[in-house]
Amino acid sequence: MIELFFDPTLQTVAMGTAAIGAMAGFIGTFAVIRRQSLQGDAISHAALPGLAAAFLLGARSPVVLVLGAALAGWVAMALVGAFSLSRRLTFDAALGGTLAVFFGIGLALLTYIKKHVRGAAEHGLERYLFGQAATLRESDLWAVLAVAGVAVAVVLALWKQFQLLSFDPDFAAVQGWRVRGLDWLLTALIVLTVVIGLQAVGVVLMSSLLVAPAVAAKQWQHRLGPLSALAAVFGAFAGFAGTIGSHLLSEEGRTVPTGPMIVISATAIVGVSILWALVRPRLVRKAVRST
Amino acid sequence: MILFPHLGPELNETVYLMAAVAAACAVPGVFLVLRRMVLVGDAISHVLLLGIVLAYFVVKDAASPLLFFGAAAVGVLTVALVEGLQRTKLLKEDAAIGLVFPFLFSLGTLLASMYLRNTHLDVDRVLLGSAELAFRDRLTVGGRDLGPRAFVLLGGTFVVFVLLIALFYKELKLCTFDPGLAAVLGFLPAVVHYALMTSVSLATVAAFDAVGPVLVLAFFAVPPVMARLLTKRLVWMLVLSVILAVTAAVTGTLLAIELDITIAGTVAGVLGAMFAVVYLFAPRAGVLAEMIRRVRMWREFHETLLTVHLHRHAGTPAEAEESRVDGLHEHLNWTEPQTAAVVRRAVANGLMVRAGDCWKLTDTGRKRAEEIVGPRLGERGASAP
Repeated sequence: MIELFFDPTLQTVAMGTAAIGAMAGFIGTFAVIRRQSLQGDAISHAALPGLAAAFLLGARSPVVLVLGAALAGWVAMALVGAFSLSRRLTFDAALGGTLAVFFGIGLALLTYIKKHVRGAAEHGLERYLFGQAATLRESDLWAVLAVAGVAVAVVLALWKQFQLLSFDPDFAAVQGWRVRGLDWLLTALIVLTVVIGLQAVGVVLMSSLLVAPAVAAKQWQHRLGPLSALAAVFGAFAGFAGTIGSHLLSEEGRTVPTGPMIVISATAIVGVSILWALVRPRLVRKAVRST
Repeated sequence: MILFPHLGPELNETVYLMAAVAAACAVPGVFLVLRRMVLVGDAISHVLLLGIVLAYFVVKDAASPLLFFGAAAVGVLTVALVEGLQRTKLLKEDAAIGLVFPFLFSLGTLLASMYLRNTHLDVDRVLLGSAELAFRDRLTVGGRDLGPRAFVLLGGTFVVFVLLIALFYKELKLCTFDPGLAAVLGFLPAVVHYALMTSVSLATVAAFDAVGPVLVLAFFAVPPVMARLLTKRLVWMLVLSVILAVTAAVTGTLLAIELDITIAGTVAGVLGAMFAVVYLFAPRAGVLAEMIRRVRMWREFHETLLTVHLHRHAGTPAEAEESRVDGLHEHLNWTEPQTAAVVRRAVANGLMVRAGDCWKLTDTGRKRAEEIVGPRLGERGASAP
């Protein structure tokens, strides 16, 4: 048990997933407050064709692949925004339809690559589907930290604007802020977070990392500052605990995937938080009655 | 029966199978779209993996029909869980969905990868579906081959859906468009709601083998959305959804076979392409139709404004100046080319005529102006009947 923490590979992976979790928790807070929790789900699915297209066009370096993924995710969100302006389309249908169509095209491209591009197998594009935290290297860790640093810096620099955008976009517009532009910037940050996390935790699970820490933090805090900070802490903890947990549960010949373990840890935090939020009012009432 | 002779019997069956997936998903999809519950469908389709795995633990038989109902039950339970979480008022619907389904999906993948290695339930295949292999799983009754299991299942589901809708059309319509009134009239919208959720779960499980949990969402959402852009009537929406979905499924499958790529993904891509066409060119709700309507409104508005201007000054001392042919744009504060264009259309539409250096309203033009500003002062008594 103790020697576990001195295994340098595991250390890197755990710190990487913790960093991804922290970033997702922090940025995800805004998505949850704006009732766009499922944005992450759509982006992570929609990123796939971008990844595959970048690969088909000859890109092999992870940075370019991730940029392709980000571009596709961002295009998908722009499309969803445009579709939901139409009077006969609703947001949920636009989001669900776009997500599935993009993902389908991505899968079609992936199978094409597998059959027609030589040497595609060793690049392991499929790890972006299911996520393989174990492939995180030290260089990946630095990349995650750098991107997270940029994202956090942007949010902090525009804190007031994002706060207003999250809680009262109409007032923000009346005040003369460029709500559209801010909205796109925030979406871009979410896209960035998702594509950075994709290869570690996979498509479906990335969306959970955006939502769960923020939902848990909301049960403890109401002010945006502490809320997003707490969400970051929860996200980091979920990433760390999930990695260690999957390592502990794995045995010879049976590996427990890391991504699902991270999601389960994150959901466990939410479960505790929600139980506390349900019990707390009763405790308070009891205390008031007894005084 | 072989509709595509160049493909051989197996691929023909694959084409029919995809058509059945499309038809069986399009029907409940219409109601998902109308009730704004597409993302609930997304959640249901993801958790079915857990349902299948759990049911497999119980019956230990990957071919058992109990797997089918076990999975569907988990889908309905998910909906109940999401609604229960919402009812605590601690989190909103989107967050509840975004929380519940990745969790249950994770449990599903975890259990599958830990305990079901090398069994019939292969994780990749379960996640992505494989229409290519689905025809191998046959349904035989008393030694007679009835066709691929998934096809029979989906065909059956589709027929049941159509019968149910025919029987309860009025109730479904009312509960979809006005659940409040439906409740007041005693139609039990909650029952209809859960019946719909069960249908969605059943359609998803039936389609699962062929298309997997993500792409099934394309079948639920895209055809009804296209139909919605083409019609406002529920019956036509249902019929069009099925037709469009089946068209996409057949085209996509043939294309995928041609290119040798994944069938389910290609069909989703074809659905996307069809949607793009409908979205742009739908006769009334399409982007192009909307643009044409805007231009028309813009033109009509400016013509009307012009008639109002001429009408206001008709018979006043300033009329000669205000309706001067070469000075009109200054009075209206428009640019010269714009004014010229508006005048040209107004003349063509018979709203005004040229009288020397001035423009004069015709009777039609006067009527148009009076629709907006009413008769001129002093003419009210005269024009009243």
